[in-house]
Amino acid sequence: MAFDNLSEKLNHVFSKMREKGKLTDLEVKQAMREIRVALLEADVNYQVAKDFINTVSEKASGEDILKGLNSTQQVIKIVNDELISLMGSTHSKLVVADRPPTVIMMCGLQGAGKTTMCGKLSQTLKKQNKKVLLSACDVYRPAAIKQLQIVGEKVKTPVFTEGQINPVKIAKDALDEAKKQGAEVLIIDTAGRLHIDEKLMQELLDIKSAVKPDEILLVVDSMTGQDAVNVADTFNKQLDITGVILTKLDGDTRGGAALSIKAVTGKPIKFIGSGEKMDDIEPFYPDRMASRILGMGDVMTLIEKAQEAFSEEEAIKLQKKMKNNSFTLQDYLNQLESVRKMGGIGKLMQMIPGFGGKISEDDIDESKIAKTKAIILSMTPEERNNPDIIKASRRKRIAAGSGTTIQDVNQLLKQFDMSKEMMRRVSKNGMRGMKFPF
Amino acid sequence: MGFFSKLKEGLKKTKDNIGKKFFSAFSGRALDDEFYDSLEEAMLTADMGVTATEQILDEFKDEVYKNKITDPEKAKDLLKRIMVDSISYEIPDYDYPLVILLAGVNGVGKTTAVGKLANHFRSMGKSVVVAAADTFRAAASDQLEVWAERAGVRIIKHQEGSDPASVVFDAISSAKARRDDVILVDTAGRLHNKKNLMDELRKIHKVIIRELPEADYRSYIVLDATTGQNALAQVEIFAEAVDIDGIILTKLDGTAKGGVVMAISAEQEIPVVFVGVGEQIDDLLPFNPEEFVDAIFE
Repeated sequence: MAFDNLSEKLNHVFSKMREKGKLTDLEVKQAMREIRVALLEADVNYQVAKDFINTVSEKASGEDILKGLNSTQQVIKIVNDELISLMGSTHSKLVVADRPPTVIMMCGLQGAGKTTMCGKLSQTLKKQNKKVLLSACDVYRPAAIKQLQIVGEKVKTPVFTEGQINPVKIAKDALDEAKKQGAEVLIIDTAGRLHIDEKLMQELLDIKSAVKPDEILLVVDSMTGQDAVNVADTFNKQLDITGVILTKLDGDTRGGAALSIKAVTGKPIKFIGSGEKMDDIEPFYPDRMASRILGMGDVMTLIEKAQEAFSEEEAIKLQKKMKNNSFTLQDYLNQLESVRKMGGIGKLMQMIPGFGGKISEDDIDESKIAKTKAIILSMTPEERNNPDIIKASRRKRIAAGSGTTIQDVNQLLKQFDMSKEMMRRVSKNGMRGMKFPF
Repeated sequence: MGFFSKLKEGLKKTKDNIGKKFFSAFSGRALDDEFYDSLEEAMLTADMGVTATEQILDEFKDEVYKNKITDPEKAKDLLKRIMVDSISYEIPDYDYPLVILLAGVNGVGKTTAVGKLANHFRSMGKSVVVAAADTFRAAASDQLEVWAERAGVRIIKHQEGSDPASVVFDAISSAKARRDDVILVDTAGRLHNKKNLMDELRKIHKVIIRELPEADYRSYIVLDATTGQNALAQVEIFAEAVDIDGIILTKLDGTAKGGVVMAISAEQEIPVVFVGVGEQIDDLLPFNPEEFVDAIFE
């Protein structure tokens, strides 16, 4: 997950501080030096890191000190608050036009992930029951139009193309088409370009004045280094962007760009993309991200993801089943499916307080989950509902059918029994709020 | 256009930024703390990273002290030399048949680099075949096909979603039959699922070694010059799957500095072999450390 590395390093500094409790001025200085290095290694802009450290140092030694907290907690709180204010303090939603269609124009450097993000954005809007039209205005990169068409197909959204003609005309025609179709949102994919390419920047300005977008979103690769702020600043000055989308916030991304862009442009980060599936997009909440960076988890996003994957009804049904011990292997399978829908266990773990930064996605073997699924899928409905009937010959058949061994099947059945027992106990003892079925 | 002029042109905007920082550092009168601070700023802003910056500055300070350097001009030459040394490597000449595998994360410009490399070898009179082993990204093979056409080379491609190793197998068989000199392999960019990526790369790697053991085989990682310290992680991850013989540094025509190359050199000995400086098919040039460093300073 994003920011792991930064999170790890900051937590290392903090835990060293905690051992001390109260800090001398010298120790605060030392900690600030370490935080500065952590920020720079996470690609936070040099100037932004410098300002950040200055502000934190000033507040930590100034009058802002709260009573009742020890110095360590104070410093951590100040770092937290400053992180949030760096990234913008509130979540900013997409603008909706008074009269549809709302026009969204995407722009950015080559390879930032604009085309993929167009698909993800459509997916999000479609979940809100919005009618979307995509428009292919990247007429330069070979096969860019085809890529958008394939992406459009994946998210079941029509794509307006006119081939490789003048992109300004395509954008204009796409707007007419959107009105004709009664689309509520038009998303315009543009070609990647260098911010210093005057001719291509002019083209964006021309598209802007032709279709008057409600949103001009700059797509930025979160792996970008010190140059991120130059890029964002130039795009902003020329186009007056309305927001930023950060892509590729997965893998080993340190995401310092996220911390710097808002500070330099003053424009909010609206969404983050964090994977290759069309569902891998999240609205950006600065406070939650700051919590993740500080390893404090992100329970809000976790709950929202759970709500997306499970309906209230399902959750109640499941709770009942846990209580009266009628939880079956079929339910177990459904749950594995839901967890996958929520982005996989690895991603979920990152959001749980206390786990942030401690577990990486590599530590979780998704292939083991696939194995479990294969085993359950090789059972008959009867076996899934009543695992007790699974004796030696059935085990042999299931192992053969799922391409696993009898030991694997045994292990799964044993695990299932154990977790069933645990669920029964938990629901009996009434752990309110334990709605999460894992 | 030679390496120097193209790179200079590409780095023109960069110069305005870091060049200016270096310039103002060296235009100070004394080599004092303030001087070292502004040097540090220039280097960090160039994405050189904390470790490499410290190493290079330490060595620089030592030499300045040992040789009693007080003249800023001389100090500048010294710093340049240290930076050049840190990224200079002996790169063996190519033998043919040659296989080059390109790997890297999403959006760094792998497919474009394959197209430009194809043109590079083609213009040397070599016969080239490209293997579209990125079967994952939507329309990746169509993109490569356009490049292959531009370069005038053959392409071997399968359907989207098919096994990349089998594309490579077919490309090698075809190259053997036609006695091609160069096989270029484009692979899918992926970071988040390391296990899959590594397995896939290893499989491709195995196919190449098994099917063409006599070939000169190089695997290159493609890095985007705008990438920051994350490039270190990228190199690390890919090195777990294949031995990386070199770096292709793309998109040096923006305002990015590509200084992360020095950060990588501080940790691992991997040379830069080519740099991409534009969108045209001949905008891929062999890397030259002196000119690279010169272009940053001037």
